[in-house]
This record gives sequence, C-alpha cells and structure tokens, in this order.
Amino acid sequence: MMAVAAARALSGRQRVFVGIGLPSTAANLARRTHAPELVLVYESGTLGSKPDRLPASIGDGILAETADAVISVPEVFNYWLQPGRIDIGFLGAAQLDRFGNINTTVVGDYARPRVRLPGAGGAPEIAASCGEVYVVVRQSRRSFVERVDFVTSFGHGGGRGDRERLGLRGAGPTLVITDLGVFRPDAETAELVLTDLHDGVSLDDVRAATGWDLKVAPDLGRTPPPTAEELAALRSLKEAST
Amino acid sequence: MAEIATLADAVGELVADGDVVALEGFTHLIPVAAGHEIIRQGRRDLTLVRMTPDIVYDQLIGAGCARKLVFSWGGNPGVGSLHRFRDAVENGWPRALEIEEHSHAGMANRYVAGASGLPFAVLRGYVGTDLASVTASIKPITCPFTGEVLTAVPALNPDVTIVHAQRADRRGNVQLWGLLGVQKEAVLAARRSLVTVEEVVDELTPVPGAVVLPSWAVTAVAEVPGGAHPSYAQGYSERDNAYYAAWDAISRDRDGFGAWVERIREAAA
Repeated sequence: MMAVAAARALSGRQRVFVGIGLPSTAANLARRTHAPELVLVYESGTLGSKPDRLPASIGDGILAETADAVISVPEVFNYWLQPGRIDIGFLGAAQLDRFGNINTTVVGDYARPRVRLPGAGGAPEIAASCGEVYVVVRQSRRSFVERVDFVTSFGHGGGRGDRERLGLRGAGPTLVITDLGVFRPDAETAELVLTDLHDGVSLDDVRAATGWDLKVAPDLGRTPPPTAEELAALRSLKEAST
Repeated sequence: MAEIATLADAVGELVADGDVVALEGFTHLIPVAAGHEIIRQGRRDLTLVRMTPDIVYDQLIGAGCARKLVFSWGGNPGVGSLHRFRDAVENGWPRALEIEEHSHAGMANRYVAGASGLPFAVLRGYVGTDLASVTASIKPITCPFTGEVLTAVPALNPDVTIVHAQRADRRGNVQLWGLLGVQKEAVLAARRSLVTVEEVVDELTPVPGAVVLPSWAVTAVAEVPGGAHPSYAQGYSERDNAYYAAWDAISRDRDGFGAWVERIREAAA
C-alpha cells in the first residue's frame, strides 16, 4: 500500500531522486502505470534510468544500461541536486518527528548510541535541495517520535519559517506516506497532520502508532485500495526481478 | 609509471600500519579482494575512508584493521545493518572505532578538493542538521562575493587509494567504465594508488564514456580477475546479490565472523 500510495503521488515528467527499496518500487510503478515520462535519478550516477525490473541496489547494472546518462557521484550532487534541478526527493527514516525532521544516524546518544544506524548518505542535501521531499516510513511509536534523537536531514525544524531562516531552498517534506496513512504539514505550523487513512486502517490504529498528540485533518480522506492495474504492474515488476 | 605487481606485493608495498586508506567503488567495481589482502597481511591502526562502507569494510573493521572510519553511509545495501561495524561502534569490539561522519555530498566534495590540489571544498550542505555539531571537519564559510554562508569541508588526501577497474594495458594505463562513483577523484586525491583490474591487455580498446587513468597517475596495477566480487565489473561479472544476503548471518555474531576471517587469512592471495 505504501508503494502504491507513493507511486500515485508522482506524475508527469517530474524528476525524482530515487533511493533503493520503497522509493525505487514506487517510482518504477508510477513509470509503468500513469507516469511513463517520469525521470528517475539514482545517486550512483544515473540520469533517466528506465529499468524493466526492480533494481536490486542503487548500483544495479540495469540502471546504467537503461539511463540517458551515466555520471560521477560528485556530478550527481554538485550539478544536478545542489542547484535544485530535482523536483522530488524520496527519503526513508528510522525516526521521524512531528515537524518532519529525519534521523537515520543513531538511536540514543551520538557518542554512546543504543543503535548505530547507517548514517546520512545523500539525505541531508536531498532534504535541503529537492523541490519537495516525500518520506516513506513504516509507522510505529519507535519511528514516529516527538523529537528525533539526531537530525540527519532537516524537515521543518521547529515549525513553519525555520527552513527559510536557514536559507534552505526546497519546500522540505510535503508528504509522508506510511503503512497506515498519509500526512501533510499544516499550512500555518508545518506540523504533520493526518490527511488520509489507508484502506482498512482506523484512526485509533494511527494514534496508537504515533508518539505525539496527533492532529487530524477535518476532511480526513481514505486512500483508495490498489487497482487491478496497479497490482498487476507491481507483480510484473517484482516477478521480473526474481 | 605504474608498476604491474601481484596483489600481495602491491598491498605489502603500498599499505602501511597507521595509513589513511580509501577503498572506493560505488556499488560497482568495489576492490574487495584488495581488502581481503589487507586483512591477510594483518594491517593495523588504519584510518579507513569510504563513502559507503559496506561488506568489505565490515570485514576489515571486524578483523581489527581499523582505528578510525571516515564515511557517509554504512550499511549492507538492500539487506540491513553492518553487524561488525555496529559491534565496533556500540561495544568497542574488537576495538573502539573512532568515526568521522559526513554526507555523500560532503565526502564527494572532499575527494574533489583532494584531487584538485585545494585545501577545502565548498558546498550548500549540512545546514540545519546535527552532523556539523559532531563532525569537526564541517565548518561554515562566508562567500567573499555575496556574503552567503555556505559549508566548507577539508580535502581528503588518502595515503593510498585502492580501486578496481575493468582493464589495464601492460604499461599500466587503466580503463574503467559504467558507474564510476568517486573512483577517479579518490585515485587523483591520493599520495599512492593501487588499481586491481579484471585483465591486463596488450592494447586498450576505446570504450565510449570510459575513464582512462594514465599510467603516470597510478602507482601500481595488479591483475585480479573477479577482484570486485561480490560487487560487479560491468562487462565482466554480475553482482552476487546472494552473497550480500548471506553476509548478514555470517557477520551477525563474533564466532561466525571469526570462522570466516580465519578462512580468509588461510587462503593464499
């Protein structure tokens, strides 16, 4: 459901910075269904990859073989990401807070971490420089926390206006998709608000998996279940990958 | 001029205890066999540099070769955690591991500065994150033309950089293509360099988009077919995805890893 909801959020000729896993699944699903012109950029150095199966890693050979161009990693970040040429950045999170700040570095104290996570990768600059950021994350009280233990990637800081004060150019997280529902930042405060529930999920389920006092949009929507076309495209992508 | 050497001789000559060592390769062309040779030769107190420490760095850290890690993302791509890396950071086993942590953009720019002969690089990065508060090599800098505050990161100039490539000729000119990551920058930033190659050929056939590192820009070349396994060399081998998945179980506990590292130490190069 996360992949399908994320795929639906992509459209047209948007240029999407894609990480492996759910973002890659979503972007390829969108390209195979309603958005064939979508431009996929992978940080391994491929512009406009058009794989006919899901890549096993961001450096899968199929991404280079089907790309419009293969470039170096410094070029990816300096020429394409930094000046704001990418519309949508997709990020995951180990922890996400109510203002969309992301932690993928450590759980606990940095010097003596309870859990050492992979770290930043491309995320800080993706969060700063892409036109918008979509976050995909499995939701629980461990991942949806009041304050992240470490700000790996800046979301909306402590509220609306913090990004502008720091001179960050992109709009930051505009959409958060979990396995339970969809969240968007409030227009005034930038706090994440539940705007849609996925099929079969109750409001209580979402509250139980949120580590703060959750705000809910007055016109709370429902994510339509996956269509037959979406399921078929997803299956064929997955089957082609095995 | 690059010397054509065996892997064992090249590592023995170029990598010393206490060196700053970069093994680069972005998913593609990772010099894994060279990492195993460093384990086999028992190097200690290395500062290991790599944008994406993955399996080969998990192995080097678990084998006790590293004192410090300079990096931007450490994980087993598509599989999960690096258990030997985590054990070192969380529990100090087999020894405490100092870390210097960046983002990909920061690391890429540090290599570019190193390759360019500049002391630092400037990027629009890190703003608002906690990375600047834990990493001393991230500093604000004011643009002398506009007054805008940006971020400076110091050049990376490893004592030795090791990369893997598709082929070299007998004079030691190296050709690589496909996903090129930061390999060229990391080699040019280093004081010494070793390139392991799939094959040494009489003549380098031109390949569109290929990078050629001239013999005079490389210290040594070693022919190591399959030297990137379990990563891949485009045109020569496929990525061994099963190995990445299997590494999770091997590395999960110290005993399982210990048995693995003994096998590597006993295997002849």
